[in-house]
Amino acid sequence: MQVNKSIPKVDGMGLVLGRPAFTDDLADDNALIVKVLRSPHAYAEIMSIDKSKAEALHDIACILTYEDVPNVIFSRAGQGYPEPSPYDHKILDQYVRYVGDAVAVVAGRTEKAVNAAMKRIEVTYRIIEPVLDFELAKDSKIRVHDGDGTRSMFPIGHEPEKNLAASYGMEIGDVKETLKTCDVVYEGQYYTQQQCHAMTEPHAATAYYDFQDRLNIITATQTPFHVRRIIGKSLGLPLSKIRVIKPRIGGGYGGKQAIHGEFYVALVTMKTKLPSKIVYTRREVFESTYTRHEMRVDIKLGATTDGDIKAIDMNILSNTGAYGEHALTVLMVAGSKTLPLYNKVEAVAFSGDVVYTNKTPAGAFRGYGAVQGNFALESAMDELAELLKVDPVELRKKNMMVEHETSKIFEIMGEGKEGTAMTIESCKLDTCLAKCLEKLNWHEKYPRQQVDDRYVRGVGIALAMQGSGIPYIDMGSAILKLNDDGFFNLMIGATDLGTGSDTVLAQMAAETLGVAVEHIIVYSSDTDLTPFDTGAYASSTTYVSGHGVIIAAQRMREAILEAGRQHFGSQEVQFDGEELICGDETITLKDLSTLLFYSEHQQQLVTSGSYVGKKSPPPYMVGGAEVEVDTLTGKVTVLNYVAVVDCGTTINPNLARIQVEGALVQSIGMTLFEEMKYTASGHMINGSFMKYKVPTRMEIKNLDVSFVESYEPSGPFGAKSVGEIGSDTPPAAIANAIKNALGVRIRRLPISSESVWQGIRKH
Amino acid sequence: MEIELTVNDIQFKTLVEPDEMLLDTLRRLGFKSVKRGCDTTSCGICSVIVDGKLVPSCSYYSVRAAGKSVLTVEGIQEEARRIGAYLTAEGAEQCGFCSPGLVMAVYAMKNELRNPTLADIKHYLAGNMCRCSGYEGQHRGILKYLEVCGNASQ
Repeated sequence: MQVNKSIPKVDGMGLVLGRPAFTDDLADDNALIVKVLRSPHAYAEIMSIDKSKAEALHDIACILTYEDVPNVIFSRAGQGYPEPSPYDHKILDQYVRYVGDAVAVVAGRTEKAVNAAMKRIEVTYRIIEPVLDFELAKDSKIRVHDGDGTRSMFPIGHEPEKNLAASYGMEIGDVKETLKTCDVVYEGQYYTQQQCHAMTEPHAATAYYDFQDRLNIITATQTPFHVRRIIGKSLGLPLSKIRVIKPRIGGGYGGKQAIHGEFYVALVTMKTKLPSKIVYTRREVFESTYTRHEMRVDIKLGATTDGDIKAIDMNILSNTGAYGEHALTVLMVAGSKTLPLYNKVEAVAFSGDVVYTNKTPAGAFRGYGAVQGNFALESAMDELAELLKVDPVELRKKNMMVEHETSKIFEIMGEGKEGTAMTIESCKLDTCLAKCLEKLNWHEKYPRQQVDDRYVRGVGIALAMQGSGIPYIDMGSAILKLNDDGFFNLMIGATDLGTGSDTVLAQMAAETLGVAVEHIIVYSSDTDLTPFDTGAYASSTTYVSGHGVIIAAQRMREAILEAGRQHFGSQEVQFDGEELICGDETITLKDLSTLLFYSEHQQQLVTSGSYVGKKSPPPYMVGGAEVEVDTLTGKVTVLNYVAVVDCGTTINPNLARIQVEGALVQSIGMTLFEEMKYTASGHMINGSFMKYKVPTRMEIKNLDVSFVESYEPSGPFGAKSVGEIGSDTPPAAIANAIKNALGVRIRRLPISSESVWQGIRKH
Repeated sequence: MEIELTVNDIQFKTLVEPDEMLLDTLRRLGFKSVKRGCDTTSCGICSVIVDGKLVPSCSYYSVRAAGKSVLTVEGIQEEARRIGAYLTAEGAEQCGFCSPGLVMAVYAMKNELRNPTLADIKHYLAGNMCRCSGYEGQHRGILKYLEVCGNASQ
């Protein structure tokens, strides 16, 4: 078997050995250095820009302002077409809408010259009072986008005159009436913060013209085909004149789904005809790319005294910052990938507004709203259990989704529009829960253990679900080519950004062909050479692109057999992965492939496959935290985090495990440490690794990740997704553990030592 | 100004700016394994060894390296492959951007610490950030590597 097998990543050793593989490693040594002059104001109109003194500098090749670039409005979100995000962004604009927004693009032969030039550009701003508090943004007299041509591709609740990037509402049953009939109603409000992706490789892109005058862009992107489409459309270039290549990517987590530096290098190279490159500074990554959407979640849970949950009402206010990328869809996922967990309700409602503010824009970030929704829902479940005086585990067991059930929400809520009905064919939440409690030693440790006068420990759990791609939208495809010597090229549009997708897709091709994985040479994400894929997002690659690979491999296997039939002149041919067998005669694939090239029935065997998902089977997880709280300082230490996951078949168990471990740590970071902080004037004050606390290995005590037996009938070899599910549970599980340890309920992230300390004092 | 330095046993004579950092000099000389993750010595991704000592090259002036001997992953390919075999066996390199710096730190640690415990290892490597892996896979791999090298605490 080549699947359900841990093999090293096909690209791993080369990266460890430090071989040039990333965008900046591949850029031409003489590429112009491109940098962006950024706004010092949260909201301003550019009254004038004088670039003459900067242009006069030696070694400066070009300076671009809003007056020099196409005046087109589009979405940078990096989604399929038409996008469910508002068209509200220009390459460069006369208005700057947050501190760090782009003002001018400077290109020069040396970094020194570019830095000097940036200081010599004279900009006169008309400063506008910004709207920074997202709770005051809706209907504010200050409008972040107003009369600037902002529009949406289809109805998404986009009302710029109210500062709304998007809004949404749905109701199944009558929530208000059902809540009236409930014995107990819990009502709570939760806040989550802006989190930065903090991928180790800053955003980078390089552009050059090849000898046929085609614009080549090598870029650290999760969506090379969307980059080609969006760059082409907004710069007025036929797509045939653009080639986008994704090299190795130093992490993305959603932060490289959108278009960032690609525009700037494309424009500089188009203008100067010279190669150019941009590598964002760490500060720019923090301040001028993307964040996780800040949210306020209001939730109501109504139940009978027996613990039957009858109604859920979730309402969200989400902060998209200055631009509305992923505004609607992240909002919807906060409901659509949490509420079906408790599918036995009589009524459920979900609604929300996504507001513009003059802060760093929010975008896609692993979990994609489900993290925020999960924090509220799974905290609220514990709070409801307390009101009902029932065990929080029993409350969940009684109400949670079970295999072969469904939720009306799947049908109603999709990617910015209606969804796709589905029955759940694989859901091992019950097994995950049992195993998680056992591993946590729940029955002994729940709710708390006093260590000594100062330290106390508590345990808490949370359930989670995610999806596997977006049905009828996400498409993945593959081409397989047989070479002489009997090895294959697998060309895929799927975008490996460190996730290991090149490897798991090679494993699926090898398994389907019946050959060793070493015989599969993977090449991914090059708009000239590989077939289309929507990109690495929405937990889609294994599930959607995997099917595309399997289809191509099934066709290749048939093509090999057909070539064998021709060779032997018989219909009775078999292929065992190495040899074709016909009665007593055999020929190796190696020899047959050489014959096919040079001497017999000459032909190139090449097959393709593409697939669009028909459903989005959720992976499930139960997360359990054991925390220790220092009651003197409020410091919380996560002693152990247990994650038991149902992602169907693990194509590569090691890589699945690392995906979950990595997601847990990012989310533990969000729960306890990470937060973008601003001054009253909207300047980010912690835009460096020195001040923004990403978890180091010192904070991680023990992660216990395991997978339960599960098989998703619609999945490739029974697989579902695993890339995002690990992000969802830490906020609620840790908050619940702290509550169990101290009796203090924290409803706002991050759960800082200070907030715990204050909670203890108030308690 | 012109400086002379040795990188991976190759001698270079090169012009550097007074405020140039070793990271930029090394990349310009072709040692692309040395990556920039930040410029505040916070992430360890640019780690190289100068005269036997692990340093963050993003904040190490090139002029300070004059007359010194610098080691990057390109200079320890055989050992990097051994360390890498244990990291990749766990899938712990993930995106791989922080891997060369981590390998340099593990290499330096192996030379400096005798029989380190997991706590010692975490302490030594605390400055090597990774955003993908969650660290645990790295530790599993590093412990196995040290064990095979006969340099692990029981």
